[in-house]
Amino acid sequence: MTLDPWNLAAFVAMAVATYACRGGGYWLFRQITPSPLLRAILTYVPGTLFVSFVVPAIVQGGVQPMAGAAGTVAVMLATRNLALSIAAGVGACWAVWALA
Amino acid sequence: MLRGVRHSLPVMLGMIPFGLVAGVAAHGVGMSLLEITLMSGIVFAGSAQLVALGIWAHPPDLFAVALAAFVVNLRLALMGPVLAPWLNHLRGWRLWASLFVMADQNWAMSVSEINAGRRDAGYLLGSGLAFWTMWAASSALGHVLGSQLQPQPGHPLFFAALAVFVAMLVQMWRGRLDVMPWLVAAAVATGVARLLPGTFWYIVAGAIAGSVVGGLRDHRRGGRGVRT
Repeated sequence: MTLDPWNLAAFVAMAVATYACRGGGYWLFRQITPSPLLRAILTYVPGTLFVSFVVPAIVQGGVQPMAGAAGTVAVMLATRNLALSIAAGVGACWAVWALA
Repeated sequence: MLRGVRHSLPVMLGMIPFGLVAGVAAHGVGMSLLEITLMSGIVFAGSAQLVALGIWAHPPDLFAVALAAFVVNLRLALMGPVLAPWLNHLRGWRLWASLFVMADQNWAMSVSEINAGRRDAGYLLGSGLAFWTMWAASSALGHVLGSQLQPQPGHPLFFAALAVFVAMLVQMWRGRLDVMPWLVAAAVATGVARLLPGTFWYIVAGAIAGSVVGGLRDHRRGGRGVRT
């Protein structure tokens, strides 16, 4: 049950940044109307952000995460169930890990 | 408010695996049970926490994790204004507390309530508090799970944190218009990760490059793209 002061500082920093989005977005958009170009750009942020997080990690990790990602995508396409696809991805990753 | 809590129950079950993943990941980077519970309680943003845990160090880079949280949660800044029909009638702590517990799931639920003509703004707060409790509890449980299993670094169990995003990308896929921005994001992120190893800039660089390319293209075509 330790609480590292640096970790605590990082949590607070993250909490402030997150609330700036939650509360600040509503507040800001009540004051101004964003341009159509900005709106168009922002619609792409969630997808490209997750792509940018996932792809380099998979490329660096090699066969294991590649198999895991393939398993996750396949089950997600078939079932649209988040929990099942996570389990399938870990399972595929685990299978490759056990064989290696 | 109670209606919000009731509607949240089935969705809360779906949050459990996500919370478990965050808890296991937190245990993997050496956090204590108190730390992950506190993190989930005050940050309350699953994707941002997982991304931050992916780049966590000792001591953590405060700027890096805050920036990661900001970029991952930028979508929340766009989601809040959509609930204006409710939020504009709230004042003081009710408004700011409702915004604090606004997450993807209860936001989507609230939008359909608004569209159905319902006017109980407490729905957002009620469902949000239910999710918040479940999030903190399930990530704490994940930490306990991690400490029981003691997986080594590189263990396939940690792939679960990536699998969450892979699965969410399948859900986010809007069709052809995403192809180019996603390819640009993947290429830029992979390239920057090579050039600046050990840093997190690749996430931001890839997201900005992909979004700007997609946004500029849609803007030139005169359309405004598909609303998420």
